[in-house]
Amino acid sequence: MRVLALAAGVFLALAGCSRQADVSVGSKAFTESVILGEIATHLAEDAGYSVEHINFPGTRLAWNALIAGDIDVYPDYTGTIIQETLFSENLKTDAEVNAALAAHGIRMSRPLGFENAYAIGMREKLAEQLGIRTISDLKRHPGLRLGFSSAFMERDDGWKPLRERYALPHQDVTGLEHALAYQALDSDSIQVTDLYLTDAERMLYDLRVLEDDLRYFPNYDAVWLYREDLETRAPEFVAALKSLEGKISESEMIAMNARTQIDKVAETKVAADFLAEELRVESEVIEETLAQRVWRYTLDHVFLVGWSLLAAILVSLPLGVLAARSSSAGQVILGIAGVIQTIPAIALLVVLISPLNELGFRGIGTPPALVALFLYSLLPIVRNTHAGLKDVSPQLVESASALGLSPWARLRLVELPIAARTILAGIKTAAVINVGFATLGGFIGAGGYGEPIFAGIRRADYSLILEGAIPAAALAILVQLTFELVERSVVPKGLRLKAEG
Amino acid sequence: MLELKGVSKSYGQTVALRATDLAIEPGKTTVLIGPSGCGKSTILRLMIGLIRPDTGTVYIGGDELTAENALQVRRRLGYVIQEGGLFPHLTSSANVSLMSTHLRRPKQQVEDRIRELAELVQLPMDTLDRYPAQLSGGQRQRVSLMRALMLDPDVLLLDEPLGALDPMIRAGLQEDLKPIFQTLKKTVVMVTHDIGEAGFFADTIVLMREGRIVQCGTLDDLVKRSVEQFVTDFINAQRTLIQALEGSSG
Ligand SMILES: Nc1ncnc2c1ncn2[C@@H]1O[C@H](COP(=O)(O)OP(=O)(O)OP(=O)(O)O)[C@@H](O)[C@H]1O
Ligand SMILES: [Mg+2]
Repeated sequence: MRVLALAAGVFLALAGCSRQADVSVGSKAFTESVILGEIATHLAEDAGYSVEHINFPGTRLAWNALIAGDIDVYPDYTGTIIQETLFSENLKTDAEVNAALAAHGIRMSRPLGFENAYAIGMREKLAEQLGIRTISDLKRHPGLRLGFSSAFMERDDGWKPLRERYALPHQDVTGLEHALAYQALDSDSIQVTDLYLTDAERMLYDLRVLEDDLRYFPNYDAVWLYREDLETRAPEFVAALKSLEGKISESEMIAMNARTQIDKVAETKVAADFLAEELRVESEVIEETLAQRVWRYTLDHVFLVGWSLLAAILVSLPLGVLAARSSSAGQVILGIAGVIQTIPAIALLVVLISPLNELGFRGIGTPPALVALFLYSLLPIVRNTHAGLKDVSPQLVESASALGLSPWARLRLVELPIAARTILAGIKTAAVINVGFATLGGFIGAGGYGEPIFAGIRRADYSLILEGAIPAAALAILVQLTFELVERSVVPKGLRLKAEG
Repeated sequence: MLELKGVSKSYGQTVALRATDLAIEPGKTTVLIGPSGCGKSTILRLMIGLIRPDTGTVYIGGDELTAENALQVRRRLGYVIQEGGLFPHLTSSANVSLMSTHLRRPKQQVEDRIRELAELVQLPMDTLDRYPAQLSGGQRQRVSLMRALMLDPDVLLLDEPLGALDPMIRAGLQEDLKPIFQTLKKTVVMVTHDIGEAGFFADTIVLMREGRIVQCGTLDDLVKRSVEQFVTDFINAQRTLIQALEGSSG
């Protein structure tokens, strides 16, 4: 009975996080995309809609959420749509792209104005000295040291085909983190690198962008991707989004990126200031105090950890018992729980979107975070329940059976109490891991301590990272201490005596 | 009361018990004896339905023992295993009353019964609230016996109840147990590998070897009318040991 009530609670917790806002805006989790998302958010508010804004760790998650209807709009780049999202459809013209998007119920706005293509750049002074203006000019200087971001080195439309296209002869080519490339240029350890046209760092370093004279790089015009049904659901919002077509210049975007990345101004404020200046749209930027923010993160975090752990206990205990009872079932159960543990979090979140949608839940935000945490918590509990029960000596099992206890009564009165310490240790492990893993909630709009941590990483703002990291560590310690107290009441005294004696 | 008819049991290649007939006399003490691994514990486990026979049938009070009635039947049997098998997470009294409490017997009745049994097996009252880890070996065996007697079973099955004890305590407990069996008039089946202990308790001794019964009878029968050389050898093995010791000291 109690178990049923708890199960119902878990279900309600999932259902409780169905969509509440009129409009849901997505971003990919890098500064520029988040700023554009904030711009859309302010526009929706200004048009009188309630709105939420969710950041995704990658294009695939944002796209899947868009076609699933979990979000209504997110900013993307034409090049990405052609080269990545719809790559298999081999699209060429704008008309083809629009038709392919329409097949998914998605529309694309006209370009917002700036382009965020890959480009090749070097320091202005060196370029001037060597007389390099175009990428073709590089051929005349085969001794130059080239350094490209790891992503650019690996991409199908990255370094290798670029080298072929321009027949570049350079031997000295290294891969490095994009964030380090500018400093490497400055110290002359590399002389040529890839960059995004709207990188904020371009403001800090005097860089020349080499002309793509053979037209190797595709266009990466920034556009809105939005759901067709948004036009009927929120027509004023769509109109506002379209009013930005052609309005954001490359230099304006660079300046906005720089305010966040270099001056550490929050994206929402940067977006609001841009709208005030460009469209005379005044938006309200809610300023929370540090305590208010941390309290909000804590509530979300504890919600995620608590419910997922509770659900995991309810499911893992019976599975652990089953595994201990039948060795063939045990192999299957422990095997599956083990495999789940090895699935990377991002992959799991991508995979979860559509089954959750099928079940009527949102594929983003709290439901997938709860489900992922639940799945990751299974193994430690199942494994320890199994081990704890297997450790009960055969003499004790025999004595219990000989008394005439049914298998169920034997489990409840003898085996589970004797295994209690091991089982509890498994639950404790799951809980502590869970507190850490729950930061992934910040990936998909489920809130929690991950929210400031990921925002901080994005903006290279350490104090923001600490806003999430310190309370997360404190919560982990608190959980640890709580379990030590619980252990005193759950583990029978007779067993503790034995451990001490 | 308790009867095996053509009962056998194998574990893979190991034959634990060959097809065996054995009738246990009601109200009497029967002792199973024989070398280690000869199948003594196997017979007890078959009697209480912890394992199912490969062939043959076990009868209890005239009824056939089946998988369905095993739980009910077990409550009419008391069983003390080798090493006692007390539950470490429960106090002595909770160990003893576990089954009665599970069957929702009235609290007062349970408490009275515990006190009565503690007196019977001469267990100090203050040990009732202790956990097995806090008891001596002899006290643990007494608690195990109380637990087996709690539901007032018709039959007591004791698998080397004194096996793990040192000789002094063992002798003392032997002295205490015998009158208990006599006053309770229970049917007792006890396993031991000590011929002296067998002779002390038994109305009937069942001597076993490699999964079969070699001879049934009183100690006198076994000594004077042994059916096989093995019987004499088995008895003499323990006796000569003692004589050899006496010889060397005297
Ligand atoms: N669960 C089991 N699986 C496999 N073999 C078993 C099992 N239980 C008992 N046996 C084997 O069956 C035979 C009889 O075992 P049993 O426990 O009845 O011996 P025993 O006479 O009680 O010996 P001891 O005096 O050492 O207690 C032994 O050879 C033993 O190894
Ligand atoms: Mg034995």
